[in-house]
Amino acid sequence: MAISEQQSTQLSTTQSLLRVYPFVQGALPLLFVGIFVSLAAVATALTIPFALRWLVDNPLSTGDVAQIVPGVAVIFGLGLAEVVFIYLRRWITLAPGVHLEGKMRNAIYVHLQKLPVSFHDKWQSGQLLSRAMGDISTVRRWISFALVQLVTSTIMLVAGFTLLFSFNAVLGGIFLVCSLPLIIISLRFQRRFTTLARNSQDQQGDLATAIEESVHGIRVLKSFGRAGEALEEFLEQANILRGTELAKGKANGQMWFWMLLIPDLGFAITLLIGIIEAEQGIVSVGTLIAFFATAALLKGPMQSIAPMLSISIEAASSLNRFHEVMDTPIEILEVRDAQEVPSGPGQLVFDNVHFRYEDSPAHVPDLIDGVNLTINPGETMALVGLTGCGKTSLTALTTRLFDVTGGRILIDGVDIRDVTIESLRTKVAMAFEDATLFSISVRDNVLLGREDLTDTENPVLIAEGEALLQESLNIAQADFARSLPKGVESKIGEEGLSLSGGQRQRLALARAIAVQPSILVLDDPLSALDVTTEAAVEKALREVLGTTTALIVAHRPSTVMLADRVALMHDGRILDVGTHSELLARCPEYRNVIASLEEEKR
Amino acid sequence: MTIAGVRGVTGEERSDFTKQEGKRLRQRSLSLLRSLLHPVRVRLYWTLVVVVVSTAAQVAGPTLLALGIDQGLSQVIDNNNWLPAQLIVSAYVLTAIVSSTMMAVYMRSSAVLSQTVLIDLRERVFQHTQNLSMSFHENYTSGRVIARQTSDIETLRELLDGGISNLFRGILLMTFTAGALIALDPSSALPLVIALIPAFFLTRWFSNTSKKQFREARTFSARLIVQFVETMTGIRAVKAFRREERNEKSYALAVDDYREANRKVIRLFGTYDPGLKIIGVFTLAAVLILGSFRVANGAMEVGVLLAAVLYTRRFFEPMEELAMFYNSFQNASSALEKVSGMLEEKATVVEPLNPVSLPHPHGKLDFSDVRFGYNDSSVVLPNLDLHIPAGQTIALVGTTGAGKSTLAKLVARFYDPTQGTVSLDDIDLREIANTDLRRAIVMVTQESYLFSGSVSDNIGLGKPNATQEEIETSAKAVGAHDFIMRLPEGYATDVNKRGGRLSAGQRQLLSFARAFIADPTVLILDEATASLDIPSERLVQRGLQTLLADRTAIIIAHRLSTVSIADRVLVMEHGEIIEDGTPEELIEGTGKFASLHSAWRDSLA
Repeated sequence: MAISEQQSTQLSTTQSLLRVYPFVQGALPLLFVGIFVSLAAVATALTIPFALRWLVDNPLSTGDVAQIVPGVAVIFGLGLAEVVFIYLRRWITLAPGVHLEGKMRNAIYVHLQKLPVSFHDKWQSGQLLSRAMGDISTVRRWISFALVQLVTSTIMLVAGFTLLFSFNAVLGGIFLVCSLPLIIISLRFQRRFTTLARNSQDQQGDLATAIEESVHGIRVLKSFGRAGEALEEFLEQANILRGTELAKGKANGQMWFWMLLIPDLGFAITLLIGIIEAEQGIVSVGTLIAFFATAALLKGPMQSIAPMLSISIEAASSLNRFHEVMDTPIEILEVRDAQEVPSGPGQLVFDNVHFRYEDSPAHVPDLIDGVNLTINPGETMALVGLTGCGKTSLTALTTRLFDVTGGRILIDGVDIRDVTIESLRTKVAMAFEDATLFSISVRDNVLLGREDLTDTENPVLIAEGEALLQESLNIAQADFARSLPKGVESKIGEEGLSLSGGQRQRLALARAIAVQPSILVLDDPLSALDVTTEAAVEKALREVLGTTTALIVAHRPSTVMLADRVALMHDGRILDVGTHSELLARCPEYRNVIASLEEEKR
Repeated sequence: MTIAGVRGVTGEERSDFTKQEGKRLRQRSLSLLRSLLHPVRVRLYWTLVVVVVSTAAQVAGPTLLALGIDQGLSQVIDNNNWLPAQLIVSAYVLTAIVSSTMMAVYMRSSAVLSQTVLIDLRERVFQHTQNLSMSFHENYTSGRVIARQTSDIETLRELLDGGISNLFRGILLMTFTAGALIALDPSSALPLVIALIPAFFLTRWFSNTSKKQFREARTFSARLIVQFVETMTGIRAVKAFRREERNEKSYALAVDDYREANRKVIRLFGTYDPGLKIIGVFTLAAVLILGSFRVANGAMEVGVLLAAVLYTRRFFEPMEELAMFYNSFQNASSALEKVSGMLEEKATVVEPLNPVSLPHPHGKLDFSDVRFGYNDSSVVLPNLDLHIPAGQTIALVGTTGAGKSTLAKLVARFYDPTQGTVSLDDIDLREIANTDLRRAIVMVTQESYLFSGSVSDNIGLGKPNATQEEIETSAKAVGAHDFIMRLPEGYATDVNKRGGRLSAGQRQLLSFARAFIADPTVLILDEATASLDIPSERLVQRGLQTLLADRTAIIIAHRLSTVSIADRVLVMEHGEIIEDGTPEELIEGTGKFASLHSAWRDSLA
């Protein structure tokens, strides 16, 4: 299973990290205050030893008991101040972190919902999930913990080195030169770790995909007894991830090694030179002590750089992955001055419509290769053709789940690309062959397209919703919904609800009917129904279809019977249009597609 | 309420547990953690040793530095004796090398440790999920299973990656320091001991309050995942029914809940950690003031006081690390509560203890006095007696909800009967070894799920290690070969997410090919031809006639055309078989099937 095909944009770690700006914008002042408070905490902590020294040097050595209590009080006060600063830092940096997390999570979800179906077909769902969950958490941790600490450490290091130089330029210089290899090592580490972090995150996405598929495909795995193979494959992937994580651990270990060793070697060299200088009287012993006391304080911030660097690199990589999704343009957009679909009778016209998937190879002809078809208001048109000839794709074009790549689709004379998507999808309702229901109540599933009747307090509308629900269930012959454990309030996918394919299909049909659209597009909506139910649905549907324009993908003569006319599709084109009997009479391809076994035998 | 309210995944969304329930959850998650750590305990000890050495070397460093300036320098200046300085510097370099090497070793070792534990847990949860019966999967939202296996396991990674070193180093430093202080001046250690009392209560407060918040955070995160996964898998319906805005709102609410839970947790920690530090400040002041008076009285050396003060400060420094460990521990154990709950779920359909192997089944199927319901309140099959001789092809007909699929699921052993037995070759299905059972019986459903991978991979799922030739043969047999060859890369074409690119009919042909290559003795087709166009169905049926010639088959089909290839037709209603006979017999009769058949005939063109 391949790692996400998306190329990560070639950005430096800093550039990637800077792209978090829009999400922290409002909180930036807070972050600055946080850094300031955190420096104040460090500064306070640094003064405590001085206060201690004063206490030891003055009241204690002089035996001045009266000064002890104030002295201790000062130290106590400083200690409290440090705690207060730490408390404030946590309190202040809390908001930017969690808000950033919330904002990013919402943003990617909103964007993903807007991205066209073609995007979702291409991306593995686990890759999306890992971006929306894990990667965003990584960025949050970086903002809340690492960023402030990184800035604080850097400031401390700069201040510290300045101090060291002021004590003794030679020793300071030597210490600085000794620390320089760290920069090279950090850069090398960065290069290596960037790849590792990215791989690890991609592999986590792959693993999430494997998990998702193992859950969604559980019936197939169980029925073929392939749990063992699935586990093996999963473990293989988990082991790849494990390998990457171990490589990360190794890289981190090496980084730590140098990060700890080099400053210490610097210490040793400066100590030796310091002693020589002190012996020659170039520096005073006091200065030497002060120098090393300060240098020792710098060890902490220097050491903290290694983990901060890895967290930052991981966050940069997470931000890249996040932005790969966010940067994907939404190809199916409304034009600027999009109008509502005009309230017309519902004529649906395909005008030389072409469609191909963007990644289909050049030598493959268009999947939909110049379809011309007019469905008159109130007419029911059946779409018939061999599997894979483009019927489902053609239905998906009507609500702009995909956009035509050539030609146009008109509703009451208006190009569907010139109207708002919202109004288009209100005007046209669909039922898919693959009946996806959501884990909400049966009622909410059926009234999915009717938020005007569900998200309301108005008793009249609620009553109307209830009536519509009942009516839609009746038409789709979905009475079974009423005898579920909690009736129409039963939640799909939980509470022991396992619906058969036919039951799901009927609910999906009820869902499309409940929209009360002008145009109904049904993709083989009755395939999983038994003959009796199918007949009942057809009878009820006829009444709805009397006034509704409908395009119905059909495989069975019985479904075709519902239609006023039939369009025969073949290799992406409409071969012939006419009534069922006309086509039977004049079109051999049609006979081939629709005539049953029985018929053949006769 | 007793602890039954938290058994398995029951009550998983709650966070208001009684004391007893909370205790049980805690025990369950801890025992899972223990069982995960047990196999790696040797490495754990080894890591501990590495941390001890590395910490000791790090502590020695500053001491040597001070020694160098004190002793080394004075020896050089006073006696022009360079030896001590050289020795100290060399020792310093040595400790630096030891501590940094140990640190590198520690990083690698703890990565191995944490990855070993993680893969162990991943394997356990994945395997367990696969083993759990369909009754579990049909009751438990798939999004939550995914949440358990992704974000919940992730919290354990955080604990293992950051937590262990914090814990070891913290405890170690505190023990060293406390020991040194007691050795130096026992009476100065008294405030330290007293300080442990408020520290204990503060920790208990944090533990109790944060538990609830951490649990909530896990629940909310699972909810986020559930909605996310559903939206993305059902994106077509989301778009077609303009669900985006409402989804956006409900997702934003879930994000808010999760964010609030996170915020509360971080705030709690933001109080707990400074709280510990406050205790440290008070202790320091106490040590200082007590000591100062003793120094003023001459009862104590200044140097001793200074050291005591430094030790006290140092004692509290690792507290933050310990607090952080405790924080990630709390987080991980709330997640493990949920994971262990899922692991506690028992598969209701279990592999037999003493499996009977059935390498060459004949395919005789028997239902004897079978009673079955998905739950206690509703019975789907009240009393089924059915005997299918080996090699017979059965067509199962009846209205939706008559129990046809349930019957099929019992044969495929997705469920076990509540009463009575289903047997293959006179052996109860519950006694047959799982691999033999699955090789013998294969079910193809209407929902033809494709896994990401190539067309070949998906067909090959039916038979591990199938050759390309076998795969193509089976595709040809069901009439899928032609359309596969027209795909951009033929058999190597990636089917993409959920087979998005293939039409429903094409996907169904692939799952047919998958069943064909599996070559089972008993084949169950549950609505497996629903999406096929008539020519494809014709091809499939032609294939089926040869395929089914020498095997037992149960075909559930709404299209009565399939019935013509059956040896025997069963009409079901309300879980009972109301008609049973050859197609010809039934068609000529006056029963339900006869009327169905004539209705169907009329529906044909």
